[in-house]
Amino acid sequence: MNLDLLFKPRTLAVIGVSLTNEKHPANVIYNKNNLRLQTKVFPVNDRGGIYQGERIYASVLDIPEKVDLAVIATRAEIVPRLMADCIEAGVGGAVVISGGFAEAGKKELEDRIVSIAKEVGFPFIGPNCLGVYSPPHVDTFFIPSERIVRPEKGGVALVSQSGGILVDHMVKLAGEGVGLSMAVSIGNKALIREIDLLEYFSGDPETKVIAFYIEGFGEREGREFIVKAGQCSKPVVVLKAGKTSMGGRAVSSHTASMAGDYEVFSSVLAQYGVVEAKDEFELIPFCEALCCYQSFIEGKIGIITGSGGHGAMAVDACLSHGISVPVLKEEDQIEIKGKISPRIQAIASLINPIDLTGSAVDEDFVAAANALSRKEEVDCILVLLLPYVPGITSDLGARLSQIHRQTGKPMIAYVPHVEKYLMFIEGFQLNRIPVAHSIEEAVHMAEAMRRNQPC
Amino acid sequence: MLTQEMKEILSLSKEIGWVLEPQAKDLLFSAGIEVPRFFSTLQIEEALQFAERIGYPVVGKVVSPKVIHKSDKNGVEVGIDSERKLKETFHRFSKIEGFAGMLIEEVVSGLELILGAKNDYQFGPVILFGMGGVWVEIYRDVVLKMAPLDQRDIDSMIRCLKARPLLEGYRGAPPVNFEELKKLLKTFSDLVMDVENLIESIDLNPVICSPQKCVVADARIMLKP
Repeated sequence: MNLDLLFKPRTLAVIGVSLTNEKHPANVIYNKNNLRLQTKVFPVNDRGGIYQGERIYASVLDIPEKVDLAVIATRAEIVPRLMADCIEAGVGGAVVISGGFAEAGKKELEDRIVSIAKEVGFPFIGPNCLGVYSPPHVDTFFIPSERIVRPEKGGVALVSQSGGILVDHMVKLAGEGVGLSMAVSIGNKALIREIDLLEYFSGDPETKVIAFYIEGFGEREGREFIVKAGQCSKPVVVLKAGKTSMGGRAVSSHTASMAGDYEVFSSVLAQYGVVEAKDEFELIPFCEALCCYQSFIEGKIGIITGSGGHGAMAVDACLSHGISVPVLKEEDQIEIKGKISPRIQAIASLINPIDLTGSAVDEDFVAAANALSRKEEVDCILVLLLPYVPGITSDLGARLSQIHRQTGKPMIAYVPHVEKYLMFIEGFQLNRIPVAHSIEEAVHMAEAMRRNQPC
Repeated sequence: MLTQEMKEILSLSKEIGWVLEPQAKDLLFSAGIEVPRFFSTLQIEEALQFAERIGYPVVGKVVSPKVIHKSDKNGVEVGIDSERKLKETFHRFSKIEGFAGMLIEEVVSGLELILGAKNDYQFGPVILFGMGGVWVEIYRDVVLKMAPLDQRDIDSMIRCLKARPLLEGYRGAPPVNFEELKKLLKTFSDLVMDVENLIESIDLNPVICSPQKCVVADARIMLKP
């Protein structure tokens, strides 16, 4: 199945546009694409008529141009017929927004559209979904433009069974300044499933990280998915919902009892190097970190700070995750001591964490980061940057980022997230260094890189 | 590959839904997995003869299609050290529901581990490995991997166990035989892949590991309906 036309259509038919209900999903979709996106849109409704001065086509078969993508937002009962029309008209694929299928007990109706589509290899997303968000080409989310929060264009592809969770995570990505390549809500995933999108985004040059919100897989579907995800050259992040099984099923063996659905799910992800985000608080920082670094680390952290307390808390957080903070060799400590300002030489602690104290200036941070970047004992640097240290300037984020550019050693920054310190944050972020909200989150980001390998 | 004997055991057990311990051990033995010397019988005379031959003490276990968890029904007697004790135990077991014989086997000692398998709905066959014994579900020191296991999976399973120091020889105790343990994991994983369409879950618990060998002291194979 070629999914290109689903994500980058030049022409779009919106089936189900209403003349009486402006809030109808089809109308919202028609309007946002017509006014703000690149695809050329045709409204369709079997009653015909004129909508906003444009002719409403009674059928997709009447549209004079080749249609790349059709959005179907009608009653479920007529979807099979509309899909057959799309196939006859040579449409490239469909997004079925309509609910009222398997989720409402109408499994047969869903099976019918699947068999219609499968027979001719017609790709469709849904039913019961929001569909595709792929600016500047197309956006089939029936959320009015003024209500959606749009992350900037970037490297994260989001795939979700739940439309609500998807939109929520788009809001959060935007809030963190993490860019999105595309987002897909797959709903009942009757035909196109996670595995198809994993394949598509593996080959998409804009996507650097593929993140999934998964409620569950069908029989053996997980096995197929995990093998493909393990082979994928891009980091794959999964947030699993439904971790606790409902009700006590009678279990006749110790193994069956201890290998519950979620225990298996989580273990298999780790086995294949798929990064599990345990909750929504992990998902966004994981995407941010893995968007910057697609490689993995063993987890040997070098910490640079201007405050002993921050260093101690970072060490605690690292150790609680099983990440090490190796003690620097004496000769390395002496080397760093020789490079920092004379006035902090006597008071700085250089064992790791490197505590440059509140008297440090930009050059001290740069010297310490430069030295650590060249040490093999350390495979990732954590910079705990406190913008209120008097000697540092707002250039520091950008200057430290340059060290990563030169040496290739992953760097993660913690900066308190308030508007006042935005220059520091952007100094890192615009130079592709992930910035955490808290010390714990910075360590989580390192943890994401460590999980990005088979265990 | 399943031998004819293994296939027969599995198909004969289908009716009761699981494989009784003596047959499960026959099956494991055919697959190349070590089990203690054992004998299962309905005749007290044969039981006494076997115990005499392998020497006391022996372990006795009830064989019954109605008893899945033998310990829960008082169906396990360790340290049977005399003819008298063996007769007593046989007599007691014969009153347990569904009594289909008594299994007598040699005593093996070492560290108690669990090796299990489950046919997971989403991921197919998965293997569980960890600290075994009666209290496995209390300690829950187990690692899960999707089967088949490769060498890296096996190494990682052993490495990730919280109780790894016990395997390596804690406080002067000798370490278990890691070569044998890894071989067992591999053989078991192969067996699970061969029977994946037939089984629901398998418990080998305990697997008793010593510096010499790893022996499966109890086995339960639950079949798909």
